[in-house]
Amino acid sequence: MLFYSFFKTLVDQKVTVELKNDLAITGTLKSVDQFLNIKLDDIMVIDEERYPHMSSVKNCFIRGSVVRYVQLPSQAVDTALLQDAARREAAQPTPQQANVRVK
Amino acid sequence: MVVLRDGRKLIGTLRSFDQFANLVLQDTIERIYVGNCYGDIPRGIFLIRGENVVLLGEIDLDKEERSNLREIPVEEVLVAQREEMEAKQRLEKIRSRVLHEQGFCVDNSQNDLY
Repeated sequence: MLFYSFFKTLVDQKVTVELKNDLAITGTLKSVDQFLNIKLDDIMVIDEERYPHMSSVKNCFIRGSVVRYVQLPSQAVDTALLQDAARREAAQPTPQQANVRVK
Repeated sequence: MVVLRDGRKLIGTLRSFDQFANLVLQDTIERIYVGNCYGDIPRGIFLIRGENVVLLGEIDLDKEERSNLREIPVEEVLVAQREEMEAKQRLEKIRSRVLHEQGFCVDNSQNDLY
């Protein structure tokens, strides 16, 4: 939950997501969910020529499981706050909710 | 457009999804890209298991018109793709041999083709 909340504070920031297949995409972080799936708007692919299939895509959804890194602007992050929250989380991890399917 | 973990690019109309990112695509075509060209194979309706999805991109029709990719017949693109794969495999063979000679451990399992 910690990083979900963390990413929520970064919505509307320009970030670069590097995937496990080495594809790197820069875009505006539009939304994030509990699985850390990411939605990026107005994307620009790093090293575009290697990935011609992305040329006609402006907005995309990235599955959280394929993300290697998310590169953020350093001014957007309050490192002290994050460090503090992480310390609290390590001391007392919040109980993981089971995924409930609503009928 | 959906990019899968095995490197395939599927283009179709997204009909439904769920919390696992399982997707239903209608009127799907598989588009194979080699260099500046591509070839399409019609595939019908796809139900994609979420774990295989890398990303889902919304195709901007204006942007697509302005792209400089040429469409070529499927047979040609399949031949070109095979040649590209073979070239890559040869390079990878050389690479792993050199690394092995240098004493590195060569990892052949990390071959998610995407």
